[in-house]
Amino acid sequence: MDFGPHLFLAILEGAVTAAVISLTAVGLSLVFGIMRVVNVAHGEFFMLGAVVAWWIATSIGIHPALGFTAALIIAPIAVGAIAALSDRLVLSRLEYDPERTIVATIGLLYVFQQATLMTFGPDARPVEPPFNHRLAIPWIEISESGLNLTWPWGLATTSYKLFVIGAACIIVAALWVFLQRTRFGLIMRATQLDREMATAFGIPVRRVYSVVFALGAALAALGAVLIVPVQQAHYLMGGDPLLLSFIAVIIGGLGSLPGTILAGVIIGMSDGIISVFFSPTLAKILATLLVALVLIFRPQGLLGRAP
Amino acid sequence: MTLLSTRQLSKSFGGLQALRNVDFDLERGRIRALIGPNGAGKSTFVGAVCGRFRVTSGNVIFNGNDITRLPAHHRIGLGIAYSFQITSVFDRLTVHENVALGVRRHLKANQERVNKQVCAALDKTGLRNRADQLAGDLSYGHQRLLEIAMGLGQNPQLFIMDEPTQGLAESEVDAFQDLLQTLCQETTILLIEHNMKVVMDCADDITVLNFGEVLAEGPPAKIQKNEKVQHAYFGTQT
Amino acid sequence: MTVREGLLHFVLLGILVLLFFVVSDYHDGNWARIMVLAVYAVGYNLLFGYTGLLSLGHALFFATGMYGLALPIQHLGFAPVPAFLSALVCAAVVSSAVGFLALRTSGVAFMIVTLMFAQAGFLLSLYAGRYTRGDEGFVIPQSARIIAGIDFSDPTIRYFAAFFVFAAAYLLIAWLIRTPFGKCLVAIRENEDRARMLGYDVHFHKLVAVILSGTVSGAAGAAYAFLFGYAGATFASVQYSILPLLWVLLGGAGTTIGPLIGTAFAFYLIDFSSDLTTAHLLVVGLAIVLLTLFAPLGLAGEVRKRIVGWLP
Repeated sequence: MDFGPHLFLAILEGAVTAAVISLTAVGLSLVFGIMRVVNVAHGEFFMLGAVVAWWIATSIGIHPALGFTAALIIAPIAVGAIAALSDRLVLSRLEYDPERTIVATIGLLYVFQQATLMTFGPDARPVEPPFNHRLAIPWIEISESGLNLTWPWGLATTSYKLFVIGAACIIVAALWVFLQRTRFGLIMRATQLDREMATAFGIPVRRVYSVVFALGAALAALGAVLIVPVQQAHYLMGGDPLLLSFIAVIIGGLGSLPGTILAGVIIGMSDGIISVFFSPTLAKILATLLVALVLIFRPQGLLGRAP
Repeated sequence: MTLLSTRQLSKSFGGLQALRNVDFDLERGRIRALIGPNGAGKSTFVGAVCGRFRVTSGNVIFNGNDITRLPAHHRIGLGIAYSFQITSVFDRLTVHENVALGVRRHLKANQERVNKQVCAALDKTGLRNRADQLAGDLSYGHQRLLEIAMGLGQNPQLFIMDEPTQGLAESEVDAFQDLLQTLCQETTILLIEHNMKVVMDCADDITVLNFGEVLAEGPPAKIQKNEKVQHAYFGTQT
Repeated sequence: MTVREGLLHFVLLGILVLLFFVVSDYHDGNWARIMVLAVYAVGYNLLFGYTGLLSLGHALFFATGMYGLALPIQHLGFAPVPAFLSALVCAAVVSSAVGFLALRTSGVAFMIVTLMFAQAGFLLSLYAGRYTRGDEGFVIPQSARIIAGIDFSDPTIRYFAAFFVFAAAYLLIAWLIRTPFGKCLVAIRENEDRARMLGYDVHFHKLVAVILSGTVSGAAGAAYAFLFGYAGATFASVQYSILPLLWVLLGGAGTTIGPLIGTAFAFYLIDFSSDLTTAHLLVVGLAIVLLTLFAPLGLAGEVRKRIVGWLP
């Protein structure tokens, strides 16, 4: 393949990663923005989403589309419930102290991951996509005889991958409307601005926190359900999304949703593109160093304004 | 002889001008009170003197040296002590260790001399018999005294106290006034204070701040009669 | 040092010597490992327990020490002693750089920055797989583990070498926290702003604490590689940043004996649960959650709070 089509393919692959990372990162950002805690177990909610999706899809098993649709609905709810429970049992008892919460969510990370290893096992398991048409993509080539439409071998995507991109856009848009236009969104934003004030106005802050934590986890689970037909479910799959969404949240400016989404897209795309052309390890080294340096020298994020 | 001066000292936080061209001079061996309504810039002013933040413009001169660019710990090392408005003792350390931390910093000497100076500071504040208690277990009044003892242990040339009598019972305030009188023989004191009785009884001079500017300056009797001060300060007192 | 504290240190180290003659060979091997890992915990405790800085990236220092010793032995033919010095220098340099950069942040940002640096280090050890052999790691041959005719792969020698390294690190920290410098670190942990307004250069003290803590951790990594003859990227992974945190939390942050107690306890807990399930890290996770919830002071910390107030 020539460079042009190759790059285009990389961008397409990147867009799929970007869609999933944006969803996951928005969940992390929501939790950080409103509850002011860093959830290190966020990647495990992603992993749980994929595992639950596999479990639902295989136990229904009539038609892949039916199983997938059920997973798309049930997995986020189930993972959200697990998250709400963790919030009640652990985080709320720590009074959301930032440092102790990080330590506790590290513990939760191992609990979820290892519990999955014990039940789900160490194997990677696939979920069948609901539909999966191969779509060949034409390429315009400039040759001596003018513009030519060609069909380079290997330049193709699947309908399912396009669906992932579209679905992620719809979910993010729906979340935006939910936060901006609904009463609960208003309550969440009020809690974010001033916790004491919100309590004084009779907002049940504890319950809001539980819902926010569940919502954050559900978004990660949604991202995982979308990607699991492409990537397979595995008990260690939470590490990469955690790292990448961390990066997105930090680059985008801690707690800023639009910044996070934009950064998620940029990071997902560059992860996809860089992995095609360079060593993925080198790309990750550079990305982690970049995050550290951003936090040190521009704590408001690359896109945020100085306070 | 002038111990501390500021020239055209200004500080703004975002759009808010907290200090505006403050010129200030403090003579050695005096007790100066800094008063003014809430938000007048008193704490900002002493914060600027101690180096708790960078000033926007202007200079701080201590003992004839310009210390505007020095970091806080360096200024403390030159002989400035600062006691916090909100009691800020080391809760989980003993009273003795709280004071010793300040003593050790400037005395860099053997343990015996450090102990001697700690005990002296505790004697003056009447905390000697509580030396082994945890600071967090002290009553509020005693914690305020410990703040003072920590400052004394540093043997400062200039002792800045930010509202030392806040929240004290009346009898405790009287005891504090006595303490202040003995202290002024060995150090210069800059005092932010809301309690007018303490200010009028103890201060040699008073500086009144309002909206980040010096409104008036002079001995207590003169300040009491100053119309601008009465309007700006006593007028708003309820 | 007060008499009772000196006595405590003496008794603790004495027990470790006696232990060798009391327990079986299998446990001797375990305890050699525990003591080396406890050196790592001692180093971590200086920063977390005494200075109040929570790092999530200490595996970087441990692994720097490990590779700082193992790579020169493997590829440059270094003798053990210069290789150990190289490990210490590498750990000191890396911790200086990390401290210099990371200390511009505080709190949660400090935790994430250290985590990210360690992650970059881990990925680097994979990326340099030609030399490090990545996850698989490499074995340091027995022939390279002999100093002056003494074979450090011999179990008895290994036990007492581990003991020596542990005793050195333990006494170093026990001494340090009694110096004015160490007391200032505690003051910074308790109330940073107050310490600054007592005239202490807080940033400098923290930086030195990071460097000392990182170098002790690096010494632990070097000792581990040398005594057990292996270096691998696993020791640079995030799990090895979390473990010292667990050990110190378990044993008691800010106590001299806590790191050893916590390391031994966690070691046998994992050893025991490994027999039952492959998911033995579940125990680690549960222990961390339960500790943060119910015993944030750790074992020695609770003892100090309830029974012996003078415990250093």
